[in-house]
Amino acid sequence: MSFIHDTWFIFRRQVRLILRNPAFLTIGLLQPILYLVLFGPLLTNLPAGSLSGGSGTGGAAQAYRFFVPGLLIQLALFGSTFVGFAIISDWRSGVIERYRVTPVSRVSILAGRVLRDVAMLIVQSIVLILAGLAFGLRAPLPAVLMGFVYIVLVAIGLASVSYAVALLLKSEDSFAPLINSVIVPLVLLSGIMLPLTLGPGWLQGIARISPFRYIIDAMREAYAGHYFDTIVVEGLAVSVGLAAVFMWLGSRVFVRENA
Amino acid sequence: MAIIEASGLTRTFKSRKRTVHAVRGVDLTVGDGEIVGFLGPNGAGKTTTLRMLTTLLRPTSGTAVVAGADLLRDPLGVRKRIGYVPQAIGQTQGGTSDMCLVIEELLDQAEAYRIDRAEAVGRAAQLVKQLDLGGLDQRLVKTLSGGQRRRLEIALGLVHQPPLVFLDEPTTGLDPQSRSNMWEHIRALRGDLGTTVFLTTHYLDEADALCDRVFIIDHGVIAATGTPDELKRQVSGDVVTLRLNGATEAARSLLAVQPVVREVSVADEELRLTVETGEEALPVLLRVLDGAGITMSAISLSRPTLDDVFLTLTGRSLRDDSPGGRDAGGADGAAAELAGAGASAGVGAGSKE
Repeated sequence: MSFIHDTWFIFRRQVRLILRNPAFLTIGLLQPILYLVLFGPLLTNLPAGSLSGGSGTGGAAQAYRFFVPGLLIQLALFGSTFVGFAIISDWRSGVIERYRVTPVSRVSILAGRVLRDVAMLIVQSIVLILAGLAFGLRAPLPAVLMGFVYIVLVAIGLASVSYAVALLLKSEDSFAPLINSVIVPLVLLSGIMLPLTLGPGWLQGIARISPFRYIIDAMREAYAGHYFDTIVVEGLAVSVGLAAVFMWLGSRVFVRENA
Repeated sequence: MAIIEASGLTRTFKSRKRTVHAVRGVDLTVGDGEIVGFLGPNGAGKTTTLRMLTTLLRPTSGTAVVAGADLLRDPLGVRKRIGYVPQAIGQTQGGTSDMCLVIEELLDQAEAYRIDRAEAVGRAAQLVKQLDLGGLDQRLVKTLSGGQRRRLEIALGLVHQPPLVFLDEPTTGLDPQSRSNMWEHIRALRGDLGTTVFLTTHYLDEADALCDRVFIIDHGVIAATGTPDELKRQVSGDVVTLRLNGATEAARSLLAVQPVVREVSVADEELRLTVETGEEALPVLLRVLDGAGITMSAISLSRPTLDDVFLTLTGRSLRDDSPGGRDAGGADGAAAELAGAGASAGVGAGSKE
């Protein structure tokens, strides 16, 4: 019980702080909206069938059924991996240590923050989906809800590990290049912008190592109205696994006696 | 009754290249209601010991009972019963968040200790009054002056009315007026509430003004313990500084055996002699040097300074390690820059003072 109480406590504090500076919420959302507006239209003219996740209808509906899940994952990916920056300044201000000497559960110091990030992501995703609808996205409601399950799991995992790594490094200067060198290849290998099926065999081959690729495929499959096939289950397994492993790693770092 | 009982505390840090023995074996006992000071130069092991006693750092070896709870077996019990105010200089700051209101920090701290809201509001009001923070409740922390912010940090350590509070360098970085004001508050803590105060400092005058008892720590061990008066008696006496025209070593051995000379050291080509009474020692010293044909270019006489005390007790000079100020500007700037590039950096930008 104390874990839930403490997590809720940290969550409320973090929400209050982010609301005091809502620019961060908007900035995080700006990039996917730009992609939606400036890149999305390029996809609507691709020949029917080149985008997976459609049923051959072609045009805007299919293009955005392909593209919006990708952007949602991108939002989760970038938003969550960069949260670690905030904890470096929290550590530097001494706030982390201050809470580590109170009876507040040390895992909650992490979990409350992750919860705040997930809440932020949900708000941003709703805005993005609404914008997508305006551009011509058509997807069944259950698919959209399933999509949230995926991105929430991705966000839980990545935010946990981001906080943990940042707290270990304690330096923005080493955290930024590390994040970039991990995230950019993973994003490129996930087929967020364009289907990987357009690429040569070797590219499709190495793309199998990116866990996000499975998650995006699963989301697109769901958006296309297929809820129970292998791709969907595979994606779910990968995202649950990712969240579980990274949460465990993150908790380890926060519970350590000398973090 | 002892509120802290530590024995054989050690802490070793291992990095790739070397092993650092930050604390080599600290035994200490602090009585209920005492104000004790941990005095030592930077890097002596003060903060490491404090971090062990406050459950922030696991000792490599040793045991301690802090506020009635076993440090290793019941760290949560320790956390519930102690207050901790981190140091406000160096790598990490004093534990307040720029973008919080003063009242929010106080109420949050109370909630961290599960104090119910009504009671928390009362305690916050009382602490605001007690630590001269009146009228600042609705101000953002980043708008406070250095002294105000430090008092807020101390207030946070007291919200749950702990019987024992640890203050890490409570006045470092404060101007002289804020310092003596802070001393008043710390004295009142013990006077009004009977709180035991364990503080670290590298100012001897602070230890002198505040502490019932002082532990002098150097190179990870406690070099001396006693009341400030006892410690001062060990180093009392005046200091005569001589600059000689060569033959410094010869003069050193000549003067070291004189009964009026208590200690001799050489620093920067100068001979520093600790003597009981400078006025009486000077003629003796001059006669000895003259007799040996050693000439000098300068001579001065001074009362013991802080530096002399450190030099005598720890063999290290305080002049070499002046503390840095509160400065997080560069790092905050980096966070803000990255936030602008599309990251969500949460709390971040904004510099202190």
